[in-house]
Amino acid sequence: MGEFFRVALAVAAKDLRLELRTRATILSAVIFAALVLVVFNFSRDPTAVAAIDLAPGVLWVTVAFASVVALNRAFTVEREHAALDGLRLAPASRGALFVGKALANLAFVLLIEAVTVPLAVLFFELPVATAGWGLPLILFLSSIGFVAVGTLLSAMAVKTRFGELMLPVLLLPFLVPPLIASAGATSRLLAGRPLSEVVGWLRFLTVYDLVFVTLGLLLFGAVIDE
Amino acid sequence: MPSPEAPLLEVRGLVRRYGRTTVLGGIDLSLGAGEALLILGPNGAGKSTLLRTLAGLARPDGGSVRLAGAPVAESRRRVGYLAHDSLLYDELTVEENLRFAARLQGPVDDGAIARALATGELTPQRDRLVRHLSRGQVQRTALVRALLHGPDLLLLDEPYTGLDSASAASLTAFLQGCIARGRTVILVGHHVDEGWEVVTRVAALARGKWILETPRPASPLETTTRYREALRG
Repeated sequence: MGEFFRVALAVAAKDLRLELRTRATILSAVIFAALVLVVFNFSRDPTAVAAIDLAPGVLWVTVAFASVVALNRAFTVEREHAALDGLRLAPASRGALFVGKALANLAFVLLIEAVTVPLAVLFFELPVATAGWGLPLILFLSSIGFVAVGTLLSAMAVKTRFGELMLPVLLLPFLVPPLIASAGATSRLLAGRPLSEVVGWLRFLTVYDLVFVTLGLLLFGAVIDE
Repeated sequence: MPSPEAPLLEVRGLVRRYGRTTVLGGIDLSLGAGEALLILGPNGAGKSTLLRTLAGLARPDGGSVRLAGAPVAESRRRVGYLAHDSLLYDELTVEENLRFAARLQGPVDDGAIARALATGELTPQRDRLVRHLSRGQVQRTALVRALLHGPDLLLLDEPYTGLDSASAASLTAFLQGCIARGRTVILVGHHVDEGWEVVTRVAALARGKWILETPRPASPLETTTRYREALRG
């Protein structure tokens, strides 16, 4: 088990170091998220639609698409100089490689959310205080699901000729269920409903995470090996 | 292709296909500790596919690859593989690339990293990003990466590519040391004289089958002649 986490942390640390050096993924994802929020903000007629009604959907669509931008990059760095072969040569479980890539992706997605949520609060004047700890919990649970599916499908897409175009096509249908759950739960919490009212959505997100993390651990080897 | 030694590497009836194309059509190979095999062959003969399959990167469609009696997929720690591509990350330094490769294999030994850098004459470049290195320096870094964990079987796909004469001589001396310590080496190349001093056996591959298998002939010239005759059929 120690070896599993040593390899996973090595892979995650390597991806984070690469990102810190280039800032290619985070910068493009964050700019994308900011632009989407700005466009939605100025395209809204405040007399026709209340910000509180629109904001949960806008927030989650923005997070989902910005995450796709970040996830797209996860395996393109492994394609250059066939670095993925270097990972595959390791005498390590494929599950450890999956967890390593997923941990780095989780850090990217959480960072995107850390920028997107304050911007959404600013533009849409969201009463986040009323949501309490529920909103961070929803963000965290949905991020795990996004990242588990995204890491697996990103590894699959990168082996195709048009990997960067393929990922959104493959990934977005899988993101619809957690997006519905997250947006639904977020709108209720922002409307001042108690956390107990969104427990069903939280359970759904937890099950979704468990299913796709397990699938990632089981299938990652089959996806990356020839 | 039998080995007089107890085989470290044993390949039986190895078949590898890409779609309907058979790239390796039933390869047999047996190599003992301390042997070095040079594999020659024209482009598209299946040399690189053979190395990838021996390294466990490509799953055989038929036959078996065993390393010290175990399937190669279970013996990855004992294999060092130098590919056409460097397997390096451009945005990491030489040392960071080596440390990452070492971490994938096991706990990192700082002394081993320093020795590996010295072996590859890369100590002055240890903090340089790989994208800032020359072609030869990248090749040396890739080589050091492949050898870092002290593998028993070295699979080297055109290792002399991009090396100047001094670096090539260093590589030859290094490989001689490996073989003297009982390591097994498979070199793929286009030129007989690359690594000639190192090899103990020579084979040639064409259309996925052996067309020549022999202990090392007396000279590179004789090897070239026999290789050309084998190619003509």
